[in-house]
Amino acid sequence: MSAAALRHARHVVSENPVTGFALGLFVLFVLAALLGPSLAPHDPLASNTMLALQPPSAQHWFGTDQIGRDIFSRVLVATRLDLGIAAASVALVFAAGGFAGLAAGFFGGWVDQIVGRTADTIMAFPLFVLAMAIVAALGNTVPNIVLATAIINFPLYVRVARAETTQRREAGFVDAARIAGHRDMGVLLLQVAPNILPIMVVQMSLTMGYAILNAAGLSFIGLGVRAPTPEWGIMVAEGASFIVSGEWWVALFPGATLMVAVFCFNLLGDGVRDIVDPRRRT
Amino acid sequence: MTTVLDVTDFSVEFRTRSGTVKALDRVAFRIGRGETMALVGESGSGKSVTAYALLGLLDAAGRITGGRASLEGVELTTASPAALAAIRGRRAAMIFQNPRAALNPIRPIGQQIADVVRRHAGLSRRDATSRAVEMLREVGIPDPVRRAGAYPFELSGGMCQRVMIAIAVATRPALLIADEPTTGLDVTTQAVVMDIMAKLAGETGMATLLITHDLALAAERSGRIAVMHAGHIVEEAATRALLAAPRHPYTRRLLAATPTAAGDLAELRSIPGNLPDLRRADLPPCRFAARCPQHLEACEAPMVWRDIAPAHRIACWNPA
Amino acid sequence: MSGMIGNDPTPREAEGRYLLDVAELSKRFPLGRRRLFGKAAPAMVHAVDDVSFTLARGETLGLVGESGCGKSTLVRLIARLTDPTTGSIRFGNRELSALPAKAFARDPDRARIQIVFQDAGESINPRFTAADAIADPLRQLRGLGGDALREKVEEAATLCGLPLALLDRFPHQLSGGQRARVGIARAIGPRPDLLVLDEPTAALDVSVQVTILQLLVRLRETLGISYVFVSHDLNVVRLLCDRVVVMYLGRIVETGPARAVFDAPLHPYTRGLVAAVPRLDGLRADALRLAGDPRSPIDPDPDACRFHGRCPIGTGRCGAEMPKLRRFDGGREAACHYVEAA
Repeated sequence: MSAAALRHARHVVSENPVTGFALGLFVLFVLAALLGPSLAPHDPLASNTMLALQPPSAQHWFGTDQIGRDIFSRVLVATRLDLGIAAASVALVFAAGGFAGLAAGFFGGWVDQIVGRTADTIMAFPLFVLAMAIVAALGNTVPNIVLATAIINFPLYVRVARAETTQRREAGFVDAARIAGHRDMGVLLLQVAPNILPIMVVQMSLTMGYAILNAAGLSFIGLGVRAPTPEWGIMVAEGASFIVSGEWWVALFPGATLMVAVFCFNLLGDGVRDIVDPRRRT
Repeated sequence: MTTVLDVTDFSVEFRTRSGTVKALDRVAFRIGRGETMALVGESGSGKSVTAYALLGLLDAAGRITGGRASLEGVELTTASPAALAAIRGRRAAMIFQNPRAALNPIRPIGQQIADVVRRHAGLSRRDATSRAVEMLREVGIPDPVRRAGAYPFELSGGMCQRVMIAIAVATRPALLIADEPTTGLDVTTQAVVMDIMAKLAGETGMATLLITHDLALAAERSGRIAVMHAGHIVEEAATRALLAAPRHPYTRRLLAATPTAAGDLAELRSIPGNLPDLRRADLPPCRFAARCPQHLEACEAPMVWRDIAPAHRIACWNPA
Repeated sequence: MSGMIGNDPTPREAEGRYLLDVAELSKRFPLGRRRLFGKAAPAMVHAVDDVSFTLARGETLGLVGESGCGKSTLVRLIARLTDPTTGSIRFGNRELSALPAKAFARDPDRARIQIVFQDAGESINPRFTAADAIADPLRQLRGLGGDALREKVEEAATLCGLPLALLDRFPHQLSGGQRARVGIARAIGPRPDLLVLDEPTAALDVSVQVTILQLLVRLRETLGISYVFVSHDLNVVRLLCDRVVVMYLGRIVETGPARAVFDAPLHPYTRGLVAAVPRLDGLRADALRLAGDPRSPIDPDPDACRFHGRCPIGTGRCGAEMPKLRRFDGGREAACHYVEAA
């Protein structure tokens, strides 16, 4: 990134404190994902029945769960897994859905038909149920959760990429590229793709939140990551039964963390759009 | 001649992130009943801003910082938004470049005209519909009964502009502002559209403010021309007088850059330099000074507009 | 530079007098989607219909007509962005019409035909800097890279009067005139023999237009390029062009030396067109006003003059017999039954 681009990014952040706030949160989450295991004050897997269901205290900031594990450590350590699944699925769908949408919008005809029908078929299912079915059929592994999350986001990426591409297919610079000796693929990848990149990056940021929620949701209903691995969805599921008996902290802290993470990525989307769009660069 | 629009010392500024743009500075002109005045200038001269500001259509960043503008004796600069909205429909109308974009794409054109008539003239639905057909006939649209049911996408650009004119003049306004009304249309269509505007102005006594970048169009279609440069009116005179003996250096250079039906490319001269940055705090009194071949020290004195011949006004200390 | 693609072709002298020889060229588009098992043939838009003309080496040919007259399609045909339905496009010694537009992108002759597009702002990729835009065809068509590329980019920019300091800017950071220069620099970079100029000054103020037109004249002289110049502004066409082709609804209605055609048009359509151009002296030729709109280009009557119905002098014969281009003195041609020698 050039100095001018950095200056622009700083400008956008200073202009819009909400983006700055979201960016701050994002940095916190990334740090937690990278350093979580070494920062955690307790072993996230070590149980101690003597300390079961302790409310939050100076020792255990988020309290302890039904077998005495430190909830704060578990929430912290889970960040890597939850963000990792979401990031991997978003990267996958960005590449696959983005390219499919580009090709559909650019070539039209049968390419468009195939891509469009595929997306329509996926959209015909309740998306979360579809994700459940995929994981149930393929097996309860992390790569399958990534795949399922990517598949249910596929239509969204296809639509955005296709719409943006159709708008630019007739643009003067596409003809200019042909005159300059580019073949179709060259025009598509070197000329059109960079133009729809900003909007796709915004899309990534927005669906990142949704992907986190989806992965956690799968674990929540028992179709994702398995206990005792620390993961926000499982922790909420495990804690849910204790809410009625008054031990609210078991579910609340992982749930709240999940919410803040989703919130952070949604806020970030708008800020990212301002930063990557060169027309807003002064 | 009764004055319809009287503008004095009209100034407009836009506040932007990178400074205040002094878009219009003490603009002044009058248009009388039945008269067509052309406001001519290159992009960035402020000719469209003038129109938008007069009708209270400036966006949030812009504001009128001084001067007066009265339409049939009603002061526009201090009018409430509601009063301006009423004036816009009834007494002053405006047509734009790209008429298709200004029309509602999903309503038949006859209904769009009828809507305006009903809102402003309080006609019944049936009367409004027949008035719409009548208006279409008036702007020279063939087979108006059938065409009233057409949608904008079914009409050519020239047809759409005629529909816009029909909507604009349906309430018999005192003033029509035409902002580049024929830019983007073919010359043959342009001629027809301009004919219609002239005919309507002649029949109803409507005053017309024709905003255009095309000096030749202004030469053919206006009684008076005001030349704008960087937010100033630099010269104003009767069309014939201005073209026969332009006095302001900018007007002369603009004419020298305009291709004509005779002459060679080598005879054309470009205008060196660019518009000054209107955000500058130290804008020179004459905004053409940096580009002017006749620049004198006297030009640093505050700008005044003076008559150098009857009804021929310029803003220049060293005219040609 | 053995890696250089193409343009090492037949010596120019061997290619004869005409750089471009277009004969009986037509382009028809089916209206709507073609059905796989449809019975009736779809309605056809006759965008370009039986067009023939030549362009001599070093000559500038103007192409004028109203919107929808087919000049944009003709430009795309000549530049080989679109395939003709029938007819021939002879460029130098080669017949290009049989070559699909897709394949022509990597053809050695691609570099020899370049376009300057209408709206330079829209035709430059917004994600490219001026230097990227100018470099693109040089990299693709001439196989240049590194310092040699940079050098050629700077050379093209300098030829077009574009300050080198502006090369790192994005199109939205340039003025209209500067963008026009980038568009021209990009097109002349690969040193074409034929440059198609599609309304290159339409979006510019007159003061800037003059400099761009003068630049085009200078380039024509220094580089020996032939131009096809499309414009709706007849005064500009008159300034720049040796000859002019006037089109109406896909067909050529008149051709001839530009000044002669505009000073004394033969065809009634040309007369109306010329009369409609506003004049600085304010003298209007209202008597020649063309009313109405052109007819539909969808499946037009092959036996009727396309101008019939809008023509001020048309008769029954014009509705029954398509006028052919006839020759007149001074290298002029017009397609009208009632034109007499000027």
